[in-house]
Amino acid sequence: MTRYVVAEAGEIPPGGRKIVELEGRSIGVFHIDGDYVALLNRCPHQAGPLCTGKLWGALEATTPGDYRTSRPGEIIACPWHGWEFDLRTGRSWCEPQRLRVRAYAVRIEPGSAVHDAEDATAPQPGLVPGPYVAETYPASREGRYVVVDLGRRPAATRSPVSPASGTAPA
Amino acid sequence: MLAPVQERTAKAWTRPALIDCDLHNELHGDVLALLPYLPARWREHVETFGVRPPAGGFYPRFMDHRADARPPSGRRAGSDVAFTRSQYLDPYHVAYGILIPLSPAGGQQNLELSAALATACNDWQVAEWLDREPRLRASMVIPFEAPDLAVAEIRRRASDNRFVQVQFSGRPQEPMGRRKYWPIYAACEEYGLKVMSHAFGSYGQPITGAGWPSFYLEEHVGPAQAMQANIISLVAEGVFDRFPALKIVSVENGFGWLPSLMWRVDGAWRLLHTEAPHLTRPPSEYIREHVYLTTQPMEEPDRPRFFLDLLDQFGDMTDHLLFASDYPHWDADHPDEAFPIHLPPQLQRKLYFDNAAALYGLRGRSEPAE
Repeated sequence: MTRYVVAEAGEIPPGGRKIVELEGRSIGVFHIDGDYVALLNRCPHQAGPLCTGKLWGALEATTPGDYRTSRPGEIIACPWHGWEFDLRTGRSWCEPQRLRVRAYAVRIEPGSAVHDAEDATAPQPGLVPGPYVAETYPASREGRYVVVDLGRRPAATRSPVSPASGTAPA
Repeated sequence: MLAPVQERTAKAWTRPALIDCDLHNELHGDVLALLPYLPARWREHVETFGVRPPAGGFYPRFMDHRADARPPSGRRAGSDVAFTRSQYLDPYHVAYGILIPLSPAGGQQNLELSAALATACNDWQVAEWLDREPRLRASMVIPFEAPDLAVAEIRRRASDNRFVQVQFSGRPQEPMGRRKYWPIYAACEEYGLKVMSHAFGSYGQPITGAGWPSFYLEEHVGPAQAMQANIISLVAEGVFDRFPALKIVSVENGFGWLPSLMWRVDGAWRLLHTEAPHLTRPPSEYIREHVYLTTQPMEEPDRPRFFLDLLDQFGDMTDHLLFASDYPHWDADHPDEAFPIHLPPQLQRKLYFDNAAALYGLRGRSEPAE
């Protein structure tokens, strides 16, 4: 599968996001306090534009009256019906084991890799500059870039944490 | 900075054109939008005193509307006919939309003000919606707690057949079958108008039969309780014997509960018919003839195939189920994602188009567009 450059590092501020189109799919790329994640911009409920939704935190209550907030800005609510998803895993907040949206691995990569990929004399298989980069600014060897990997899920989804219990599921 | 939401463009439709039986037109600036349509006497009253609907009809919630439904003008979602056209009517292959304005008009504690606002709201619907978009039909706002004034409004609008029904809130002052409302039903029968009750909105009654709950979650699932009581009341009071052509449309109250309600009330009638001897037939027969229900919010069983089992319980009454989206509200159903299971083609045509076309006398074709 293919990796795409979608932004210059620093372009998406912490708490910010950028919606891109890769291989015909609308994808939201999010910056959470130094980490980057990407989700398919299509809610599994009724196909709403999930990644344009409001970001808020996790609000939990183990018993009525005992409320706990955590992880500000890491839960996204679909703008159509408010279904919530964990940005880091794509898992739904209410039914994390049953329902999730596709999440993609995102890394910050040095410009040399991107530059080499654009240079016909030094192709680097599997790394393709995204259309945004190609049109907007040339990749420089010194720069650093946000790269979405359509073939990989983020590491967090491989050792999922259940938001409801805070423990790893069986 | 967010990318603009991608609108759906032309596609090969596999479903019929639809008639949306719950499409909301909202007042930008709430009641102030009606000032230009009010006579000076009431305009000055509203500017001086404001309005006072009965309390309790609204629970605060996390969002009122689909977040992307606000028009580019920044006006309230659902307040701009051009944007409703471009975001909803055109891309979703909508043949007709039945407007339901949820506004302070018609539901005021001051009944004469209520009537003045209802008239203004209907004039606003004509000028800013019906005259601008031929696919739209409207629900007539009436001061339903003042039946004499309501009948006057019905007679005033009777010649405009773009008004297809009158609008009741979810919880009027009394159960809907009560004698007080009969003059309204007589006028509706005379002019072929349906009587529609939209979920929520209160003239003082709580959302549940047990009283006022704490959470919007409770309100959100509550409207069926009031509608069940209203349907039973309409039957028990003999309204359908007195007004045999009357049709009741229940909007946004769900529908999955109706079969078991009919079993229950038929059982009670067999035991208790001497108390209400005017009921010459089982209550379910009146309901099957006179009551229509919209689909949103859809009941969604854990196993999608149970949805077809549920429809089986309706029998011929699947002819009385009407597709509704509730656009642009936050809990609106996407027309192509609404049903939990793929419907057989004949049933799909009925629910999306034919049932509403027959009820409201709307013409057109339900086949997929070329």
